[in-house]
Amino acid sequence: MAAAPEPLLRIRELRKNFGAHEVLKGISLDVHAGEVVSVIGASGSGKSTFLRCINVMEMPNAGFLDFEDAHFDFAEGSRSRPSEAQLRALRARIGMVFQSYNLWPHMTVLENVIEAPMRVLGRPRAEAVATAESLLERIGLADKRGAYPSRLSGGQQQRVAIARALAMKPRLMLFDEVTSALDPELVGEVLALMASLAQEGMTMLLVTHEIGFAREVSTRTVFFDQGLIAEDGPPREVLRRPKSERLQQFLKRVLHEHVADEVAGGAQP
Amino acid sequence: MTFSEWLDFFLPYVPGFLHASWLVLVITVLVILVSWVCGLLVALGKASQIGVIRQASNFYIWFIRGTPALIQIFIVYFGLPQLGLGLSPFVAGVLALGINSGAYVAEIIRSGLSAIPKGQVESSLALGMSRVETLRRIVLPQVVRIILPSVTNEAISTLKNTSLLSTITVVELTLYAQTIIATTFRPFEFYAATAVIYLIMTTMLSQVAAVLERHNARYV
Ligand SMILES: Nc1ncnc2c1ncn2[C@@H]1O[C@H](COP(=O)(O)OP(=O)(O)OP(=O)(O)O)[C@@H](O)[C@H]1O
Ligand SMILES: [Mg+2]
Repeated sequence: MAAAPEPLLRIRELRKNFGAHEVLKGISLDVHAGEVVSVIGASGSGKSTFLRCINVMEMPNAGFLDFEDAHFDFAEGSRSRPSEAQLRALRARIGMVFQSYNLWPHMTVLENVIEAPMRVLGRPRAEAVATAESLLERIGLADKRGAYPSRLSGGQQQRVAIARALAMKPRLMLFDEVTSALDPELVGEVLALMASLAQEGMTMLLVTHEIGFAREVSTRTVFFDQGLIAEDGPPREVLRRPKSERLQQFLKRVLHEHVADEVAGGAQP
Repeated sequence: MTFSEWLDFFLPYVPGFLHASWLVLVITVLVILVSWVCGLLVALGKASQIGVIRQASNFYIWFIRGTPALIQIFIVYFGLPQLGLGLSPFVAGVLALGINSGAYVAEIIRSGLSAIPKGQVESSLALGMSRVETLRRIVLPQVVRIILPSVTNEAISTLKNTSLLSTITVVELTLYAQTIIATTFRPFEFYAATAVIYLIMTTMLSQVAAVLERHNARYV
């Protein structure tokens, strides 16, 4: 039997506090290449903070992070705390998509997508444009390359935001509730794009309230509870046969809201 | 007065008016430079982590906006020599007006920066862009567009405020008009002509700004 391959991302005992408020209380997680990990949990349980610690948009207070050749020890006074240059190198290889798209409104769709490959990776313009065009083709927005973001629907903007992250050819993609700000009828197109990425073997970590999507698309589900990973396993087990009382309650609440949404949405297909 | 009498009457003063107007433009440009240096420093100061710097910046803005520009000019020109710092009327005037306008520029810059959603900076940093690249490529181009109208207004105020320097013997347009009136006793004609010249200059300024704004309005 071959030895288990090294994980792409290894996190150990990660802690983060804001002042006296400890939000992450020692998270450990290995993510292997090709895994699609859905992260669920109640509001305030630390899901976003965790995602933001992975690309160090938030500086953790303690813990270790290994990603490819990067190794960080976040402990106060540690010598392997990330430098500015190391941070940039890490972020260049980890794509992140936000709830609020965050496209740059003064740039066209194409300019949004080629900006980072040109500035960060030093790609020549022609090459960056070629990559961007094939990505826009793929997300079905090739005809919008010259449009400014304000002319696009929310779903289109979010797909461009995903393309912008993909243009960096990341090894890992982080999605933080990327469909939460969308009108219900626009959620499907974004989820479909994410599902096709998962199918192609992209390694993904996604925070979502779409339990059905988590069940269909992810290879693994982790449940966050009060700053700790309370359950971790294949989605079918975690979501169908939750062990803890807390997860059972959480799922009941979310599924109930979901049903309520669908009833309120009435005419939606 | 017939037209040719009217022409004969004004003609001798045309070179003087042109020279005084030129001086107004020079002073305006210098004041704008000083005001942007002050404004950037104070806008940064207001965002500083250090309490004393933040308080000093707030005090500066509070003081400048709460007192008349004329008094500020008098403090610099008449007051500072008492502390051993005598300045020429021109230098004192440029400094005083620059310091005055700087408080308004600081507020303009601050409001422009706060209008950029934080998420746009985050998405840039998350892609590996540096802070400087993010500022230069994402933040500033948008801030410039947002603040352009206020910047134009401030430049127009500055241009008009140069007339206050007539009180400290800078022979700009207003004081030049006064000296002619003292000998010709024709205040109506010469103050009207002076007003027209100010109008031409301020209108030109807003035209330039309108062109820039149109150029910038592509993406809204
Ligand atoms: N920058 C910050 N400063 C102070 N407190 C913060 C900050 N960011 C997050 N928090 C706090 O940390 C806790 C966890 O927040 P986080 O956004 O990670 O939760 P979440 O699980 O993503 O919740 P949601 O489902 O609502 O998005 C919350 O109590 C929040 O108020
Ligand atoms: Mg969140």
